[in-house]
Amino acid sequence: MLDSPNAMANDRRIEALLLHRELEEFNNAYAAALDEQRLNDWAEMFTDDAFYVVISRENADRGMPVGLIYCENKAMILDRAFAHTKTAMFAPRYLRHIVGNLQMLGEEPNGDIRARANYVVVQVLFDRPDAKLHQVGVYYDKFRRSGDQLKLAERRCVYDNLLVDNALCLPV
Amino acid sequence: MTSNGGAETSPRYAWPDDLTMIPDWVYTDQAVYEREVERIFHGRTWNCVALEAEIPNAGDFIRSHVGPTPVVVARAKDDSINVFENRCVHRASEFCRELSGTANEFVCPYHQWTYDLKGNLIGVPFRRGVGGKGGMPADFKPLEHSLRRLKVTSHRGVVFASYADDIESFADYLGPDVLREFEATFDGRKLKVLGHYRHSLPGNWKLYHENLKDPYHATLLHTFLVTFGLLVVGNRSLMLTDASGRHGVMASAKSDAKAISGDAKKEMRSFKEGLTLRDSRLMDFVDEFDSPWSVTMATIWPNLIVQREMNTLGIRQIVPTGPHEFIMKWTMFGFEGDDEAMTRHRLRQGNLMGPAGYLGLEDNEAIKFVQDGMQHVPSGTHLVKLDPQTPAGTADTLISEAAIRAMYKHWRHAMDL
Repeated sequence: MLDSPNAMANDRRIEALLLHRELEEFNNAYAAALDEQRLNDWAEMFTDDAFYVVISRENADRGMPVGLIYCENKAMILDRAFAHTKTAMFAPRYLRHIVGNLQMLGEEPNGDIRARANYVVVQVLFDRPDAKLHQVGVYYDKFRRSGDQLKLAERRCVYDNLLVDNALCLPV
Repeated sequence: MTSNGGAETSPRYAWPDDLTMIPDWVYTDQAVYEREVERIFHGRTWNCVALEAEIPNAGDFIRSHVGPTPVVVARAKDDSINVFENRCVHRASEFCRELSGTANEFVCPYHQWTYDLKGNLIGVPFRRGVGGKGGMPADFKPLEHSLRRLKVTSHRGVVFASYADDIESFADYLGPDVLREFEATFDGRKLKVLGHYRHSLPGNWKLYHENLKDPYHATLLHTFLVTFGLLVVGNRSLMLTDASGRHGVMASAKSDAKAISGDAKKEMRSFKEGLTLRDSRLMDFVDEFDSPWSVTMATIWPNLIVQREMNTLGIRQIVPTGPHEFIMKWTMFGFEGDDEAMTRHRLRQGNLMGPAGYLGLEDNEAIKFVQDGMQHVPSGTHLVKLDPQTPAGTADTLISEAAIRAMYKHWRHAMDL
């Protein structure tokens, strides 16, 4: 009876639940790396050929490609991590990334897993009293399994807010 | 001052000494800001409002601003470009709410007063009332109640508007030297819009001009450029101003980091030998312009910056919202002949600029720091003394503030302060 249709459907559901949980755990670790400003750890969550962009919904909806951050591979992501950590001048701040509403959207022909999740970034500047909503948007993702690890082959961060509050000093 | 009476004689608005010191009230005073809107943004100036490529077809429109004032830029059926206030003549409602779109007419949603694509009032519901009662006065003539229309000009695909009907031509407004640099970037190729950046900036709008008339900061603040040996004091450069002092062009030519002198390296705390980018394509320069400069930043008074940072191109529009804050709208573009690889190159190089750019984010932060420093310090002044050999005007050294002094020479004249 092990491979009855019911059992197979159950297996698929369990697999999907496990994957869902795995992706959530990935996003939690991703948020923690950014919250703690461990940008090298953040960069290591991408595949070598990963595409990473932070783009306004205004541009995305109109089919315009300009992004606040536009990385075509992991080398560019590592350059970003280096620049934000070692060269960029910006006021000190705390950031809190909250990721939720994860949805799995299917599989690419090459096996990449398509997913999306909502995100918010809250920013606290050391010289201003309040925590402010810095970004609200959606991650459109392609995850790839590499050995026993998941990595991002693509993350498009599409933010809804029309205006960036002064500057985006750390990745999303 | 017209709005608060007696500003001219008030010691509060006294300029401290000469142009080498700027008083903080220039950046922090509400009455000064209101006078700027009246005399500068609504005065005899050409304000950039759009690229023609944003409204290519009849009926296309975008929302834009002249100073803080919302306007609509629309292309009419006869292909003319029209700029009018986004404010219904009836009850002042800001009727156009879409960022951009295509329309046959504009209908104010409140009482459905209707305007054509040139801003003419063409419809007033129940104008004659109902059953002989109510309605507009019998002598009300819609044609006398068009939206407030601005004078419009377009140069090489860039659209400008002015509240002054008698303003000089755009070419005369720029002067020959700045016009030449403008036309080096807008070289006649058709523009292709690649997208926008929009951000707020908690500083006075003039600080953005000053930052791009201050070549001194480029080698000191922008550690990224210096770390990777990309821009240094030894580079060939020019800080150009027009005869009036209001416009400027900061220009530099890319050179090899190996050419930097030991002295220069010592002055730049952040210079690090041997560091390279993992993906060095970011700094590739495709020499596509008829110009000796690989980078030019043109500040076109009062609201436009033309960015030609190697191959990442854009216009930035300043929208002031008060003395302490402004909004920047960037429109990034390439050219219609660009192939996929060239478009990618422009997007990749775009990482330098914008509110998350390696350089751009630092400029925004620095301007905020300056505004923070000027608030809550009564009667403060600060220094723009670099390069006394050039009192005000074009400088051929990066270590100069002569272009900022030139801008304030003009500003004081325009503001009568």
